[in-house]
Amino acid sequence: MNNWPLWEVFLRSRQGLHHKHVGSLHAADEKMAIENARDVYTRRSEGVSIWVVESKHIHASSPDESEALYDPANDKVYRHPTFYDLPDEIKHM
Amino acid sequence: MVPIKSLEEKFQAAVDAEIKIEPKDWMPDAYRKTLIRQISQHAHSEIVGMLPEGNWISRAPSLRRKVGLLAKVQDEAGHGLYLYSACETLGIDREELFEQLNTGKAKYSSIFNYPTTTWADIGAIGWLVDGAAIMNQVMLCRTSYGPYARAMVRICKEESFHQRQGFEILLTLSKGSEEQRAMLQDAVDRWWWPSLMMFGPSDKESTHSAQSMKWKIKRKSNDELRQQFVDATVEQAKILNVTLPDPELKWNEERGHYDFGPIDWEEFWNVVKGNGPCNKERLAARVKAHDEGAWVRDAAVAFAEKQAKRRAEANKVA
Amino acid sequence: MQLEYTLQIADNALILGHRLSEWCGHGPILEQDIAITNIALDLIGQARSLYQYAAEVEGKGRTEDDLAYLRIGTQFRNTLLVEQPKGNFGTTIVRQFLFDAFHFAFYQELCNSKDETLAAVAKKSLKEVTYHLRFSSEWVIRLGDGTAESHEKMQTALNDLWAYTGELFKASDADQWALENGIGVDLEVVKKFWEEKVSEILKMATLEQPADGWMQTGGKQGRHTEHLGYILAEMQYLQRAYPGQEW
Repeated sequence: MNNWPLWEVFLRSRQGLHHKHVGSLHAADEKMAIENARDVYTRRSEGVSIWVVESKHIHASSPDESEALYDPANDKVYRHPTFYDLPDEIKHM
Repeated sequence: MVPIKSLEEKFQAAVDAEIKIEPKDWMPDAYRKTLIRQISQHAHSEIVGMLPEGNWISRAPSLRRKVGLLAKVQDEAGHGLYLYSACETLGIDREELFEQLNTGKAKYSSIFNYPTTTWADIGAIGWLVDGAAIMNQVMLCRTSYGPYARAMVRICKEESFHQRQGFEILLTLSKGSEEQRAMLQDAVDRWWWPSLMMFGPSDKESTHSAQSMKWKIKRKSNDELRQQFVDATVEQAKILNVTLPDPELKWNEERGHYDFGPIDWEEFWNVVKGNGPCNKERLAARVKAHDEGAWVRDAAVAFAEKQAKRRAEANKVA
Repeated sequence: MQLEYTLQIADNALILGHRLSEWCGHGPILEQDIAITNIALDLIGQARSLYQYAAEVEGKGRTEDDLAYLRIGTQFRNTLLVEQPKGNFGTTIVRQFLFDAFHFAFYQELCNSKDETLAAVAKKSLKEVTYHLRFSSEWVIRLGDGTAESHEKMQTALNDLWAYTGELFKASDADQWALENGIGVDLEVVKKFWEEKVSEILKMATLEQPADGWMQTGGKQGRHTEHLGYILAEMQYLQRAYPGQEW
């Protein structure tokens, strides 16, 4: 018995926004995956653009490494605008 | 190697802090198994649930009702699909889950083993069965496993029209002829008790409940949800002018809730065990659809492989 | 005649939509269950717009539901193709493709109708039918060129349904009247598109196009196959058993 591969579906809900992961589905090929995504995930006008990626092609970071990967960014407060002190009179900055 | 005990503590601490568990996170084996069992049961219920309602698509009494019902039953297919997808993130594929359903190994909600004999049943399912399901589903939007919670949020959003549709069907009958009102009352008589059973055995009898609450897979107990449903539904029944078939149903000032009579658990367990009026038909319909679809699924894979080969050869030439 | 013409279009959409809805809950895989139901919903939606317009044209106070639920078989004007049973998934796909290729070209022409309502319905429906045709074409190719088993099933379905395709292009009195008055479409133009499309897709699907032999006709005149009676018996059951009620 041949199973259809699993695909991850990403939708752009309207022009100007990022594609966002909405779920997954099964399809035999990429054309069918797009059509299935249209039929399954845009029944209520949720999207204007669809990406599908076969799930096996997605490489994910491991939660075990999350401390090494993400914690170092926590103390880099100088990347955020509030790190810099300016007088209140300055507007639009 | 991190010792299991400390992993478990870390896991429980995350759950306690309302941090969602995601697919690649470490989780206790039993948590994974419980989730697979519960999510797949839930998915199966959506799919089997299409059958009793689908039964009336071809007989819906107006075009407006026909499209409404068709869209609703289609939503159930969508919800089943979202839930199977959530389940697949736990490392089991849909085909295997279908296998469990089709061989009778997996359970689905027993409510769908009752027959839909009149049009009023379609309204009663929307009002009572979906109403009961929604109590459960709203709770599950906050469940601890991320993919399950996200699927439930999507489902709840879509589900909101289902109960309204059911109630509107019944409201129309309640304002109709004597025959229609009789049809309505008869449907409520038949669906009321099975709907209360949908919440599962009482807390004292429920085997999985305590652990599921600790893991925050479940957030409210069976009895709490059942009470919440009764309280909401009794008020709505007044608008429909129907009698709920329970002489013991009455407001308890002290508790601030409605009291209700004892549930026939013997019936419940019999339907679970396969003695419901439609257990055999429901399963047979699922098996038939799956078996008769096999050649279609195989052909699609064969075609995709041919196409891939053709593309590879074309690239070689170029 | 305008009523008759509108009903012809509406009845095709309703009966095919009804037929497709028979798959809901029984599809070969969940994704296709949902897809087929989307097409059914599009078609029944088209039928509703057209019945509402037909009722208005008639001006006798009938509603969309009176037209769908209270006419008898001989008053239905759909073509025989759309009332054929769902069969296996291949039968449904072939029936759909043969009709979609017609439906697409038909609506494309109807967009130019002098009748503004029909033109508007055609414009809206054309978007839907464009997708239907894409969907059914791809499935004809996929199943035709899939496995030996799927190929055989598709060829059988094609051979069985072919005799119902001629009627699509055979002008009824209403078709003739509508064409002469700038309301309807030229079925010869539709036929040309259909023949090209069908032969292109069948070739890609490695299916053999059946020879044009004797064609079954009569649907547009209300002479149907035995199947329509059962469709209506089921569809109209409640309206017939409890006359005059609101649902």
